[in-house]
Amino acid sequence: MKPSEVREGQRAVMEGSWAVAQAVALCRPGVISAYPITPQTHIVEDLAQMVADGDLAAEYLRVDSEFSAASAVYGAVATGVRAYTASSSQGLLLMTEVLYNMAGTRLPVVIGAANRTLSAPISIQPDQQDTISLRDSGLIQLYVEDSQEAHDAHIQAFRIAEDPEILLPVMVCMDGWLITHTFEPVELASQEAVDSFLPPFKPPYSLDPTCPFTFGSFTDDDKLMEFRYMVHQAQQKGKEKIEQVARAFEKTFGRYYGGLIDTYCAEDAEVLLLAMGTVVGTIKDAIDLMRAEGRKVGLIKIRAYRPFPAERIREATKGAKAVAVLDNNISLGAYGAVASDVALCLSNQISAPAILPCIVGLGGREITIDSIRSIVERAEQMGKGRIAPAESFWVDLHPELL
Amino acid sequence: MKLTIGAICGPAGSKANRTGSWRSYRPILDPEVCTDCGICAIFCPDSCVFPEGENYRIDYTYCKGCGICAEECPSGAIEMIVEEK
Repeated sequence: MKPSEVREGQRAVMEGSWAVAQAVALCRPGVISAYPITPQTHIVEDLAQMVADGDLAAEYLRVDSEFSAASAVYGAVATGVRAYTASSSQGLLLMTEVLYNMAGTRLPVVIGAANRTLSAPISIQPDQQDTISLRDSGLIQLYVEDSQEAHDAHIQAFRIAEDPEILLPVMVCMDGWLITHTFEPVELASQEAVDSFLPPFKPPYSLDPTCPFTFGSFTDDDKLMEFRYMVHQAQQKGKEKIEQVARAFEKTFGRYYGGLIDTYCAEDAEVLLLAMGTVVGTIKDAIDLMRAEGRKVGLIKIRAYRPFPAERIREATKGAKAVAVLDNNISLGAYGAVASDVALCLSNQISAPAILPCIVGLGGREITIDSIRSIVERAEQMGKGRIAPAESFWVDLHPELL
Repeated sequence: MKLTIGAICGPAGSKANRTGSWRSYRPILDPEVCTDCGICAIFCPDSCVFPEGENYRIDYTYCKGCGICAEECPSGAIEMIVEEK
Protein backbone atom coordinates (compact mmCIF):
# COMPACT_ATOMS: atom_id res chain seq x y z
CA MET A 1 0.00 0.00 0.00
CA LYS A 2 1.27 3.45 -0.87
CA PRO A 3 1.11 6.31 1.64
CA SER A 4 -1.16 8.28 -0.67
CA GLU A 5 -3.77 5.52 -0.50
CA VAL A 6 -4.41 5.90 3.23
CA ARG A 7 -6.09 8.90 4.75
CA GLU A 8 -5.14 9.94 8.27
CA GLY A 9 -7.59 8.87 10.93
CA GLN A 10 -8.75 6.06 8.67
CA ARG A 11 -8.54 2.39 9.63
CA ALA A 12 -6.77 0.41 6.96
CA VAL A 13 -4.67 -2.70 6.50
CA MET A 14 -1.00 -1.75 6.34
CA GLU A 15 2.47 -3.06 7.08
CA GLY A 16 3.64 -2.47 10.67
CA SER A 17 6.72 -0.58 9.49
CA TRP A 18 4.55 1.78 7.50
CA ALA A 19 2.33 2.42 10.52
CA VAL A 20 5.45 3.26 12.53
CA ALA A 21 6.88 5.52 9.82
CA GLN A 22 3.57 7.34 9.61
CA ALA A 23 3.54 7.89 13.41
CA VAL A 24 7.08 9.27 13.30
CA ALA A 25 6.19 11.63 10.44
CA LEU A 26 3.13 12.88 12.35
CA CYS A 27 5.46 13.85 15.21
CA ARG A 28 7.26 16.25 12.82
CA PRO A 29 10.90 15.30 13.41
CA GLY A 30 13.48 17.79 12.13
CA VAL A 31 16.19 15.18 11.58
CA ILE A 32 16.04 11.46 10.76
CA SER A 33 19.19 9.41 10.42
CA ALA A 34 19.55 5.66 10.10
CA TYR A 35 21.55 2.88 8.51
CA PRO A 36 19.60 0.02 6.95
CA ILE A 37 19.45 -3.31 8.75
CA THR A 38 16.92 -6.12 8.49
CA PRO A 39 14.17 -6.14 9.80
CA GLN A 40 14.13 -2.42 10.62
CA THR A 41 14.81 -1.16 7.09
CA HIS A 42 11.24 -0.60 5.91
CA ILE A 43 10.60 2.01 8.63
CA VAL A 44 13.39 4.32 7.53
CA GLU A 45 12.84 3.53 3.84
CA ASP A 46 9.28 4.77 4.22
CA LEU A 47 10.47 7.90 6.03
CA ALA A 48 13.14 8.54 3.38
CA GLN A 49 10.45 8.25 0.70
CA MET A 50 8.25 10.78 2.51
CA VAL A 51 11.17 13.23 2.69
CA ALA A 52 12.08 12.64 -0.99
CA ASP A 53 8.46 13.17 -2.05
CA GLY A 54 8.25 16.42 -0.12
CA ASP A 55 5.61 15.01 2.24
CA LEU A 56 7.82 15.36 5.32
CA ALA A 57 9.86 18.49 6.04
CA ALA A 58 12.83 16.81 7.71
CA GLU A 59 16.53 16.41 7.05
CA TYR A 60 17.22 12.78 6.19
CA LEU A 61 20.88 12.11 6.89
CA ARG A 62 22.41 9.11 5.12
CA VAL A 63 25.37 7.82 7.11
CA ASP A 64 28.02 5.11 6.98
CA SER A 65 27.00 3.11 10.05
CA GLU A 66 24.61 2.87 12.98
CA PHE A 67 27.27 4.51 15.15
CA SER A 68 27.12 7.54 12.85
CA ALA A 69 23.32 7.46 12.72
CA ALA A 70 23.11 7.57 16.52
CA SER A 71 25.76 10.29 16.64
CA ALA A 72 23.86 12.35 14.05
CA VAL A 73 20.62 12.28 16.03
CA TYR A 74 22.55 12.95 19.25
CA GLY A 75 23.91 16.12 17.63
CA ALA A 76 20.54 17.08 16.19
CA VAL A 77 18.74 16.83 19.52
CA ALA A 78 21.57 18.74 21.21
CA THR A 79 20.80 21.65 18.87
CA GLY A 80 17.16 21.54 19.99
CA VAL A 81 15.70 19.63 17.04
CA ARG A 82 13.38 16.62 17.38
CA ALA A 83 15.12 13.57 15.93
CA TYR A 84 14.49 9.88 15.20
CA THR A 85 16.51 6.83 14.36
CA ALA A 86 15.77 3.13 14.15
CA SER A 87 17.78 -0.07 14.08
CA SER A 88 17.94 -3.78 14.89
CA SER A 89 20.28 -6.37 16.32
CA GLN A 90 23.95 -5.73 15.44
CA GLY A 91 23.04 -2.18 14.46
CA LEU A 92 21.77 -1.46 17.96
CA LEU A 93 24.96 -2.90 19.42
CA LEU A 94 27.01 -0.62 17.19
CA MET A 95 24.97 2.32 18.55
CA THR A 96 25.55 1.28 22.14
CA GLU A 97 28.29 3.70 23.11
CA VAL A 98 26.30 6.65 21.73
CA LEU A 99 23.10 5.50 23.45
CA TYR A 100 24.77 5.56 26.88
CA ASN A 101 25.99 9.07 26.06
CA MET A 102 22.52 10.18 24.95
CA ALA A 103 20.98 9.10 28.23
CA GLY A 104 23.81 10.56 30.31
CA THR A 105 23.61 13.89 28.45
CA ARG A 106 19.81 13.72 28.75
CA LEU A 107 19.03 13.96 25.03
CA PRO A 108 15.47 12.81 24.27
CA VAL A 109 15.93 10.96 20.99
CA VAL A 110 13.23 8.45 20.03
CA ILE A 111 14.64 5.17 18.72
CA GLY A 112 12.65 2.48 16.97
CA ALA A 113 14.02 -0.99 17.64
CA ALA A 114 12.87 -3.87 15.45
CA ASN A 115 13.87 -6.75 17.70
CA ARG A 116 16.17 -9.31 16.09
CA THR A 117 18.50 -11.82 17.70
CA LEU A 118 22.25 -11.26 17.92
CA SER A 119 25.12 -13.07 16.20
CA ALA A 120 26.66 -15.63 16.38
CA PRO A 121 25.44 -17.66 14.63
CA ILE A 122 24.06 -14.95 12.36
CA SER A 123 20.29 -14.93 12.07
CA ILE A 124 17.68 -12.39 11.08
CA GLN A 125 14.93 -13.93 13.22
CA PRO A 126 13.28 -12.10 16.10
CA ASP A 127 14.05 -12.19 19.79
CA GLN A 128 14.64 -9.45 22.34
CA GLN A 129 18.31 -10.11 23.05
CA ASP A 130 19.33 -6.91 21.22
CA THR A 131 17.25 -4.40 23.17
CA ILE A 132 17.66 -6.24 26.47
CA SER A 133 21.42 -5.81 26.08
CA LEU A 134 20.78 -2.05 26.22
CA ARG A 135 18.67 -2.15 29.37
CA ASP A 136 21.38 -0.57 31.56
CA SER A 137 22.09 2.38 29.26
CA GLY A 138 19.54 4.79 30.78
CA LEU A 139 17.09 4.49 27.87
CA ILE A 140 13.40 4.22 28.60
CA GLN A 141 12.22 1.02 26.90
CA LEU A 142 8.63 0.41 25.80
CA TYR A 143 7.62 -2.99 24.37
CA VAL A 144 4.59 -3.26 22.10
CA GLU A 145 2.19 -6.05 21.22
CA ASP A 146 0.96 -5.19 17.71
CA SER A 147 1.18 -2.65 14.88
CA GLN A 148 -1.45 -0.35 16.36
CA GLU A 149 0.42 -0.17 19.63
CA ALA A 150 3.71 0.35 17.75
CA HIS A 151 2.13 3.32 15.93
CA ASP A 152 0.68 4.78 19.12
CA ALA A 153 3.74 4.11 21.31
CA HIS A 154 5.94 6.16 18.97
CA ILE A 155 3.68 9.19 19.44
CA GLN A 156 3.69 8.66 23.20
CA ALA A 157 7.48 8.14 23.16
CA PHE A 158 8.25 11.67 21.95
CA ARG A 159 6.06 13.17 24.66
CA ILE A 160 7.61 11.03 27.41
CA ALA A 161 11.18 11.62 26.19
CA GLU A 162 10.85 15.39 25.87
CA ASP A 163 9.08 15.97 29.18
CA PRO A 164 11.22 18.49 31.12
CA GLU A 165 11.22 16.14 34.13
CA ILE A 166 12.41 13.17 32.06
CA LEU A 167 14.70 14.19 29.16
CA LEU A 168 15.80 10.66 28.32
CA PRO A 169 15.94 8.75 25.05
CA VAL A 170 12.99 6.41 24.57
CA MET A 171 13.30 3.15 22.66
CA VAL A 172 10.15 1.59 21.22
CA CYS A 173 10.83 -2.14 20.98
CA MET A 174 8.77 -4.15 18.50
CA ASP A 175 9.38 -7.75 17.47
CA GLY A 176 10.99 -7.82 14.05
CA TRP A 177 8.92 -9.37 11.23
CA LEU A 178 6.03 -10.10 13.60
CA ILE A 179 5.30 -6.37 13.69
CA THR A 180 7.54 -4.74 11.09
CA HIS A 181 6.55 -6.95 8.15
CA THR A 182 3.06 -8.07 9.16
CA PHE A 183 -0.02 -6.47 7.62
CA GLU A 184 -2.71 -5.60 10.16
CA PRO A 185 -5.58 -3.13 10.38
CA VAL A 186 -4.29 0.08 11.98
CA GLU A 187 -6.07 3.30 12.75
CA LEU A 188 -3.70 6.15 11.96
CA ALA A 189 -3.62 9.24 14.14
CA SER A 190 -4.52 12.51 12.50
CA GLN A 191 -2.03 15.37 12.23
CA GLU A 192 -4.38 17.67 14.11
CA ALA A 193 -4.69 15.26 17.04
CA VAL A 194 -0.93 14.62 17.20
CA ASP A 195 -0.24 18.36 17.12
CA SER A 196 -2.59 18.88 20.06
CA PHE A 197 -1.09 15.90 21.98
CA LEU A 198 2.60 16.60 21.36
CA PRO A 199 3.85 20.12 22.11
CA PRO A 200 6.86 21.50 20.19
CA PHE A 201 10.26 20.35 21.53
CA LYS A 202 11.73 22.97 23.87
CA PRO A 203 14.81 21.62 25.64
CA PRO A 204 16.27 23.51 28.62
CA TYR A 205 19.71 23.66 26.96
CA SER A 206 20.69 23.54 23.32
CA LEU A 207 23.80 24.07 21.25
CA ASP A 208 23.81 27.61 19.90
CA PRO A 209 26.92 29.70 19.07
CA THR A 210 25.24 32.83 20.45
CA CYS A 211 24.64 31.15 23.82
CA PRO A 212 27.27 28.43 24.21
CA PHE A 213 27.02 25.35 26.44
CA THR A 214 29.33 22.39 26.97
CA PHE A 215 27.72 19.02 26.15
CA GLY A 216 29.67 15.91 27.12
CA SER A 217 31.74 17.40 29.90
CA PHE A 218 34.23 15.59 32.11
CA THR A 219 33.60 14.57 35.68
CA ASP A 220 35.53 12.78 38.36
CA ASP A 221 34.92 10.51 41.33
CA ASP A 222 33.44 13.42 43.25
CA LYS A 223 30.37 13.75 41.00
CA LEU A 224 29.84 10.82 38.65
CA MET A 225 27.77 8.82 41.12
CA GLU A 226 25.41 11.78 41.54
CA PHE A 227 24.98 12.09 37.76
CA ARG A 228 24.06 8.38 37.60
CA TYR A 229 21.62 8.92 40.45
CA MET A 230 20.01 11.82 38.54
CA VAL A 231 19.39 9.57 35.50
CA HIS A 232 17.99 6.91 37.83
CA GLN A 233 15.69 9.51 39.39
CA ALA A 234 14.49 10.56 35.92
CA GLN A 235 13.76 6.88 35.19
CA GLN A 236 11.81 6.60 38.45
CA LYS A 237 9.88 9.76 37.57
CA GLY A 238 9.24 8.13 34.19
CA LYS A 239 6.99 5.56 35.90
CA GLU A 240 4.43 8.22 36.71
CA LYS A 241 4.89 10.02 33.37
CA ILE A 242 4.42 6.92 31.23
CA GLU A 243 1.13 6.26 33.00
CA GLN A 244 0.02 9.89 32.65
CA VAL A 245 0.94 9.98 28.97
CA ALA A 246 -0.95 6.71 28.34
CA ARG A 247 -4.07 8.27 29.90
CA ALA A 248 -3.61 11.55 28.01
CA PHE A 249 -3.25 9.52 24.82
CA GLU A 250 -6.50 7.73 25.59
CA LYS A 251 -8.22 11.09 26.05
CA THR A 252 -7.06 12.36 22.65
CA PHE A 253 -7.09 9.17 20.59
CA GLY A 254 -9.41 6.81 22.49
CA ARG A 255 -6.90 3.97 22.75
CA TYR A 256 -5.30 2.63 25.95
CA TYR A 257 -2.95 -0.31 26.46
CA GLY A 258 -2.26 0.01 30.17
CA GLY A 259 0.35 2.25 31.76
CA LEU A 260 3.56 0.54 32.79
CA ILE A 261 1.85 -2.84 32.64
CA ASP A 262 -1.43 -4.23 31.39
CA THR A 263 -3.24 -7.27 32.74
CA TYR A 264 -5.59 -9.90 31.32
CA CYS A 265 -7.68 -12.21 33.55
CA ALA A 266 -5.21 -11.43 36.35
CA GLU A 267 -7.53 -10.55 39.26
CA ASP A 268 -8.30 -14.09 40.47
CA ALA A 269 -5.44 -15.88 38.71
CA GLU A 270 -3.45 -18.50 40.60
CA VAL A 271 -0.89 -18.75 37.82
CA LEU A 272 0.26 -15.56 36.15
CA LEU A 273 2.25 -15.41 32.94
CA LEU A 274 4.46 -12.35 32.63
CA ALA A 275 5.70 -11.36 29.18
CA MET A 276 6.32 -8.51 26.75
CA GLY A 277 6.08 -8.09 22.99
CA THR A 278 3.99 -9.96 20.43
CA VAL A 279 3.89 -13.21 22.44
CA VAL A 280 1.30 -11.48 24.60
CA GLY A 281 -1.32 -12.05 21.85
CA THR A 282 -0.68 -15.82 21.83
CA ILE A 283 -0.82 -15.88 25.63
CA LYS A 284 -4.24 -14.20 25.64
CA ASP A 285 -5.59 -16.86 23.26
CA ALA A 286 -4.07 -19.61 25.42
CA ILE A 287 -5.63 -18.07 28.53
CA ASP A 288 -9.07 -18.02 26.87
CA LEU A 289 -8.74 -21.75 26.16
CA MET A 290 -7.48 -22.61 29.66
CA ARG A 291 -10.08 -20.42 31.38
CA ALA A 292 -12.75 -22.38 29.48
CA GLU A 293 -11.26 -25.49 31.16
CA GLY A 294 -11.63 -23.80 34.54
CA ARG A 295 -7.95 -23.07 35.09
CA LYS A 296 -7.18 -19.82 36.88
CA VAL A 297 -4.57 -18.38 34.55
CA GLY A 298 -3.83 -14.71 33.87
CA LEU A 299 -1.36 -12.39 32.19
CA ILE A 300 0.80 -9.44 33.12
CA LYS A 301 2.04 -7.63 30.04
CA ILE A 302 5.04 -5.39 30.58
CA ARG A 303 4.79 -2.22 28.47
CA ALA A 304 7.65 -0.34 30.14
CA TYR A 305 10.66 -2.53 30.92
CA ARG A 306 12.82 0.48 31.85
CA PRO A 307 11.79 2.04 34.16
CA PHE A 308 10.99 -1.35 35.68
CA PRO A 309 7.40 -1.40 37.00
CA ALA A 310 8.27 -3.09 40.31
CA GLU A 311 5.37 -1.62 42.33
CA ARG A 312 2.79 -2.44 39.66
CA ILE A 313 4.06 -6.03 39.37
CA ARG A 314 3.85 -6.42 43.16
CA GLU A 315 0.24 -5.20 43.13
CA ALA A 316 -0.75 -7.36 40.16
CA THR A 317 0.77 -10.57 41.59
CA LYS A 318 -0.92 -10.31 45.01
CA GLY A 319 -2.76 -13.56 45.63
CA ALA A 320 -1.07 -15.48 42.81
CA LYS A 321 0.55 -18.81 43.70
CA ALA A 322 3.07 -18.82 40.85
CA VAL A 323 4.41 -16.37 38.29
CA ALA A 324 5.95 -17.73 35.10
CA VAL A 325 8.23 -15.18 33.46
CA LEU A 326 8.68 -15.62 29.71
CA ASP A 327 12.05 -14.22 28.73
CA ASN A 328 12.71 -13.76 25.01
CA ASN A 329 16.37 -13.23 25.90
CA ILE A 330 18.96 -14.75 28.20
CA SER A 331 21.81 -13.47 30.28
CA LEU A 332 23.96 -16.47 29.36
CA GLY A 333 25.16 -18.29 32.41
CA ALA A 334 22.32 -16.92 34.54
CA TYR A 335 18.62 -16.28 33.80
CA GLY A 336 16.45 -14.23 31.50
CA ALA A 337 16.69 -10.53 32.29
CA VAL A 338 13.03 -10.03 33.13
CA ALA A 339 12.89 -13.03 35.48
CA SER A 340 15.85 -11.67 37.45
CA ASP A 341 14.13 -8.30 37.87
CA VAL A 342 10.79 -9.90 38.78
CA ALA A 343 12.43 -12.16 41.35
CA LEU A 344 14.04 -9.22 43.12
CA CYS A 345 10.92 -7.07 43.07
CA LEU A 346 8.78 -9.91 44.50
CA SER A 347 11.27 -10.84 47.22
CA ASN A 348 11.13 -9.32 50.72
CA GLN A 349 7.36 -9.64 50.94
CA ILE A 350 5.34 -11.52 53.56
CA SER A 351 4.02 -13.99 51.01
CA ALA A 352 5.57 -14.08 47.56
CA PRO A 353 4.49 -16.34 44.70
CA ALA A 354 6.82 -18.99 43.32
CA ILE A 355 8.69 -17.83 40.21
CA LEU A 356 9.23 -19.99 37.13
CA PRO A 357 11.90 -18.47 34.87
CA CYS A 358 11.30 -19.52 31.25
CA ILE A 359 13.45 -18.98 28.18
CA VAL A 360 11.22 -18.77 25.10
CA GLY A 361 11.40 -18.06 21.40
CA LEU A 362 15.12 -17.41 21.00
CA GLY A 363 16.04 -16.71 17.38
CA GLY A 364 12.40 -16.77 16.32
CA ARG A 365 11.53 -20.24 17.71
CA GLU A 366 7.75 -20.20 17.45
CA ILE A 367 5.89 -19.85 20.74
CA THR A 368 2.65 -21.77 20.33
CA ILE A 369 -0.40 -22.26 22.52
CA ASP A 370 1.08 -25.66 23.44
CA SER A 371 4.28 -23.89 24.54
CA ILE A 372 2.18 -21.69 26.83
CA ARG A 373 0.33 -24.75 28.16
CA SER A 374 3.61 -26.48 29.03
CA ILE A 375 4.67 -23.40 31.00
CA VAL A 376 1.35 -23.17 32.84
CA GLU A 377 1.50 -26.88 33.79
CA ARG A 378 4.90 -26.42 35.42
CA ALA A 379 3.80 -23.21 37.14
CA GLU A 380 0.70 -24.96 38.52
CA GLN A 381 2.93 -27.68 40.03
CA MET A 382 5.10 -24.97 41.62
CA GLY A 383 2.00 -23.22 42.93
CA LYS A 384 1.16 -26.49 44.70
CA GLY A 385 4.49 -26.37 46.48
CA ARG A 386 6.66 -28.51 44.22
CA ILE A 387 10.29 -27.45 44.45
CA ALA A 388 11.47 -26.15 41.10
CA PRO A 389 14.97 -26.61 39.69
CA ALA A 390 17.28 -23.61 39.96
CA GLU A 391 17.81 -23.58 36.18
CA SER A 392 15.35 -21.84 33.80
CA PHE A 393 12.79 -23.87 31.85
CA TRP A 394 13.97 -23.84 28.21
CA VAL A 395 10.63 -24.03 26.43
CA ASP A 396 10.49 -26.15 23.24
CA LEU A 397 14.22 -26.84 23.28
CA HIS A 398 15.09 -29.71 20.91
CA PRO A 399 17.33 -32.00 23.01
CA GLU A 400 17.66 -34.46 20.10
CA LEU A 401 19.85 -31.90 18.32
CA LEU A 402 22.29 -31.61 21.19
CA MET B 1 27.34 23.78 43.56
CA LYS B 2 24.18 22.05 42.31
CA LEU B 3 24.79 19.62 39.48
CA THR B 4 23.21 20.48 36.12
CA ILE B 5 21.09 18.08 34.14
CA GLY B 6 23.19 15.87 31.86
CA ALA B 7 26.38 17.59 33.07
CA ILE B 8 25.60 20.33 30.54
CA CYS B 9 27.33 23.50 31.67
CA GLY B 10 28.41 26.95 30.51
CA PRO B 11 31.47 27.53 28.31
CA ALA B 12 35.05 27.24 29.60
CA GLY B 13 33.94 24.98 32.44
CA SER B 14 37.04 22.82 32.04
CA LYS B 15 39.09 25.64 33.63
CA ALA B 16 37.85 24.30 36.94
CA ASN B 17 39.58 21.00 36.22
CA ARG B 18 43.22 21.65 37.18
CA THR B 19 44.88 18.95 35.15
CA GLY B 20 48.37 19.96 36.32
CA SER B 21 47.87 17.49 39.19
CA TRP B 22 48.10 14.61 36.68
CA ARG B 23 51.74 15.46 35.86
CA SER B 24 54.55 13.05 36.60
CA TYR B 25 57.19 14.82 34.45
CA ARG B 26 57.69 18.57 34.61
CA PRO B 27 58.96 20.61 31.61
CA ILE B 28 61.69 23.10 32.52
CA LEU B 29 62.42 25.77 29.93
CA ASP B 30 65.94 27.25 29.81
CA PRO B 31 65.61 30.89 28.62
CA GLU B 32 69.33 31.00 27.80
CA VAL B 33 68.95 28.24 25.18
CA CYS B 34 65.43 29.21 23.96
CA THR B 35 65.35 31.05 20.61
CA ASP B 36 61.71 32.19 21.00
CA CYS B 37 60.68 30.26 17.88
CA GLY B 38 57.30 29.37 19.46
CA ILE B 39 57.17 25.78 18.18
CA CYS B 40 56.49 24.51 21.74
CA ALA B 41 53.44 26.79 22.02
CA ILE B 42 52.09 25.58 18.67
CA PHE B 43 52.46 21.91 19.60
CA CYS B 44 51.23 22.07 23.24
CA PRO B 45 47.86 20.18 23.17
CA ASP B 46 46.63 22.05 26.24
CA SER B 47 47.75 25.60 25.31
CA CYS B 48 49.97 25.66 28.39
CA VAL B 49 53.01 27.27 26.74
CA PHE B 50 52.68 30.88 25.67
CA PRO B 51 54.82 34.03 25.17
CA GLU B 52 55.15 36.31 28.16
CA GLY B 53 57.34 39.40 27.97
CA GLU B 54 60.55 38.43 26.19
CA ASN B 55 60.30 34.70 26.97
CA TYR B 56 57.94 31.76 26.92
CA ARG B 57 56.18 30.60 30.06
CA ILE B 58 54.68 27.22 30.96
CA ASP B 59 51.40 27.19 32.89
CA TYR B 60 51.86 24.38 35.44
CA THR B 61 48.23 24.66 36.63
CA TYR B 62 47.10 22.75 33.52
CA CYS B 63 50.30 21.25 32.02
CA LYS B 64 49.92 17.42 32.20
CA GLY B 65 53.61 16.85 31.50
CA CYS B 66 53.11 15.06 28.18
CA GLY B 67 56.55 16.17 26.97
CA ILE B 68 55.51 17.12 23.43
CA CYS B 69 57.05 20.60 23.84
CA ALA B 70 60.43 19.08 24.80
CA GLU B 71 60.23 16.57 21.95
CA GLU B 72 59.48 19.28 19.38
CA CYS B 73 61.88 21.98 20.62
CA PRO B 74 64.61 22.28 17.89
CA SER B 75 67.06 23.89 20.35
CA GLY B 76 66.70 21.40 23.19
CA ALA B 77 65.69 24.21 25.53
CA ILE B 78 63.06 22.15 27.39
CA GLU B 79 64.02 19.38 29.80
CA MET B 80 61.57 16.93 31.35
CA ILE B 81 62.37 16.20 34.98
CA VAL B 82 60.64 13.75 37.31
CA GLU B 83 58.03 15.54 39.39
CA GLU B 84 58.52 14.79 43.05
CA LYS B 85 56.10 16.14 45.61
